[in-house]
Amino acid sequence: MAENLSMNGQLVFAGLAIGSVYALVALGFVMIFRATNVVNFAQGEFSMLGAYFLVALWQGLKLDYFAAIALALLLMVGIGLLFEITVYYPLRNRTFLPVIIATIGASIMFQNGALAIFGSSPEKVRPVIETVGGTGGVTVAGVFFDYQYLIILAVAVMLVGLQYLFFEYTLLGKKMQATSQDKDMARLLGIPVVYMIALTFIYSSLLGGLSGMLVAPIFFVTHKMGATLGLKAFAATICGGFGDVRGAIVGGLALGVIESFGSAYISAVYKDAFSFLVLIVILLVRPQGIFGEKVSEKA
Amino acid sequence: MNHSATVHASAWSRLRFRVLALALGAVLVAVLPLLFTTRYSTNLLILGAAMGIGTLGLVVVLGYAGQISLAQAAFYGIGAYAAALGTTHWGINWWVAVVLGLVAAAVAGGILGTATLKLGGHYLAMTTICFQVIFTLIATNWIAFTGGPDGISNIKRPPFFIPLNSVQRYAWFALAALYLVAGLVWWLRDTDLGRAMRAIRENELAAEALGINTPRIKVIAFTLSAVLGALGGTIYASGYLYISPDSFNFDHAVLFLAMALVGGTESFLGAILGASLLTFLPEWLRDLKKIYLVIYGCVIILVIVFMPEGLWGYVKLLGRRFARRRLLPPAERPLQVGRGVASEEILYVVGLVKRFGGLVAVDKVDLVVRRGEIHALIGPNGSGKTTYINLLSGLYAPTSGSIRFLGKDVAGLRPSRIASSGMARSFQNLRLFRELTVWENVLVGAKRAGGNETETKGRALAAIEFAGLSDKAYEICRSLPYGHQKLVELARAIAGEPELLLLDEPGAGLNQTEKQELIRLLRRLNEMGLTIVIVEHDMSLVSRVAATATVLNFGKKIAEGTIDEVLRHPAVVEAYLGNREVALGV
Repeated sequence: MAENLSMNGQLVFAGLAIGSVYALVALGFVMIFRATNVVNFAQGEFSMLGAYFLVALWQGLKLDYFAAIALALLLMVGIGLLFEITVYYPLRNRTFLPVIIATIGASIMFQNGALAIFGSSPEKVRPVIETVGGTGGVTVAGVFFDYQYLIILAVAVMLVGLQYLFFEYTLLGKKMQATSQDKDMARLLGIPVVYMIALTFIYSSLLGGLSGMLVAPIFFVTHKMGATLGLKAFAATICGGFGDVRGAIVGGLALGVIESFGSAYISAVYKDAFSFLVLIVILLVRPQGIFGEKVSEKA
Repeated sequence: MNHSATVHASAWSRLRFRVLALALGAVLVAVLPLLFTTRYSTNLLILGAAMGIGTLGLVVVLGYAGQISLAQAAFYGIGAYAAALGTTHWGINWWVAVVLGLVAAAVAGGILGTATLKLGGHYLAMTTICFQVIFTLIATNWIAFTGGPDGISNIKRPPFFIPLNSVQRYAWFALAALYLVAGLVWWLRDTDLGRAMRAIRENELAAEALGINTPRIKVIAFTLSAVLGALGGTIYASGYLYISPDSFNFDHAVLFLAMALVGGTESFLGAILGASLLTFLPEWLRDLKKIYLVIYGCVIILVIVFMPEGLWGYVKLLGRRFARRRLLPPAERPLQVGRGVASEEILYVVGLVKRFGGLVAVDKVDLVVRRGEIHALIGPNGSGKTTYINLLSGLYAPTSGSIRFLGKDVAGLRPSRIASSGMARSFQNLRLFRELTVWENVLVGAKRAGGNETETKGRALAAIEFAGLSDKAYEICRSLPYGHQKLVELARAIAGEPELLLLDEPGAGLNQTEKQELIRLLRRLNEMGLTIVIVEHDMSLVSRVAATATVLNFGKKIAEGTIDEVLRHPAVVEAYLGNREVALGV
């Protein structure tokens, strides 16, 4: 009984940790969607690129761990900006379908660019804790808390908190919110909408990159890692209610936990199917998601 | 005489164009396999044909019906696995196996279509992605059934009149299949079904209000698209003789979508162009070794950015240069509207209520409309007029109350059912099928009254002539000026020869000349026997066409009677001048 309890505790912990990574990627989705009504299918690739940058700078160029992270994040800023200029901007007045396909085109480019540069063999990344001389994790009440998972959770919580403070208490945050709510009105009020959108893309790219760096020690880093991550994060955003920040977080965490229980109790090989099954059920029962509001067309 | 001769000539030239196109296609089918000499390139030709058939499925669901699907590779896979498992593990005849696969795909497509009826945009995209991902997981992990990641080899070629034992012969077979499917998809575009699909793509609400059972058509589109996807898959499996789950994963679903968009979603030719380009492009870029897929992704972005309508858009521009101006034949019969007993109660509404949450938008409003009259529904902004029209036509389900139309209770029925029983409507904000021609818009409306194609066309011709749009029949609605668009909406509504016509602000946005013309048309329709309920703000327009009126304010009926009576009614005067107490009758 106690063993069962600690196993479940273990599953909840692991699920929450993975779920918070989904939540971070999902937040990137939501930010871009709210600002531009664009669903960015290359969001997962941001994570993949972030992870590869870390691998290249830290393990390849032997930089200091934190310098490598800082430099990788700087590169992510560039990626986000480049993405906004080349993929979003030319298509900003088109319907969602061409934009989706263009972001998919970008994701093909990113994946195969990474393949060409880094090769197809998976890279292993050392856990963060080893950089300060620690190893493994800590066992509390029969549950083993892997430090990497703890770090992921801590960073996710911190980021969500910072994001909240940024959007609620800074002028720039307010401007970005205004842009996402009503671009025309924001423009009339003298907010440089183009810059705000560029900033949103940069921020999403940063979020994605950071999430990639966080999961890198858990998964192997491959050019394919972003695809699944991106799809699941997209599933999380829809579960939570599209375009809702709370929804992205709750949806991401929920999918993580469901997945970890599903693979332990039902089937490990179909692990990836659970998120999508849950999503189908949610869409059929409550298409607007957990936090979403129902919208109907006006005649 | 001269006119009809021109009409005849234009019909003849169109027929000639079609025969020529079909012949050209047949020649290509015959010649192409001879031009590809290596085994490798002929295999690519087969792959292109198979992918082309799958992409044609997307033309139906995405191009015609406007529903995004990122699951085409799953249906392609269903067909491929049916052919593979059927001819190897189960040892059944190829044709039987293929039929099994098509049936399985049709069932799966029908279920997916039914499940996603209420979803659009991103949600639909995501649900189809889920379906696709789950299919791949099953194909990879259910090893006992599918052979797992190793796939299935030794798949058989179909038994045919001549043995298809060389890649060249099979290429002919594959191209012939593509040719037939392309012909089918081309033909479908201008059938009632194809037009209904395109009407849904352009404006689902208007399609429903014109009597199209939109859920049914959407499910048909999904099913048909799934069947074509599966057919492509069987052609592929029997061509390559080996399949594995990798060929049916999410990447390939994206590839299908990219093929459709790069080629142009709305045309069979676009699908074929897109499928050929994206099948051969990686081969042409093969020399670039590692980065060829990077370039490939880049090409997709460039095409999407610079060719909004895909490659087909360019072909179309070219075609327009050679196209002759087409003319509509004169109508052979007059419009026949309102054929029942005069002055019977055609519409009988009792205690109609509509609540939106706490707001009572329509509060126990009765209405009786007799055959042959024009009844106005007036009131200040926000008084519930449009809501009332939406309740009558079924776009909103009433909270309570009954609506009897032609003796039948229609409250709470689907809009398409109500439309089919003889009620047509227009919309306050134009709801045309913008990318369709005037002729196609009116044809969709004419379908409501049923009957065969000749009868439908007869009604459409009569309605177009009535509205004075004959010379604009082949123009795309989007390109017409606002006043003409309003007329198209009227023509579309009356083409179904309804018993009752609901007009929601037909005069809004029209200039004085156009309003005169509208008044003339409405009067003529009324003389022909059509009953009309009109919502309108322009009182001079109302008083010149309508005899009786009901006045609403804050969702309640405050007056009814003849136009002169209600306009003098104190409550009405107060309502328009803005004394709330008097208006509410407090």
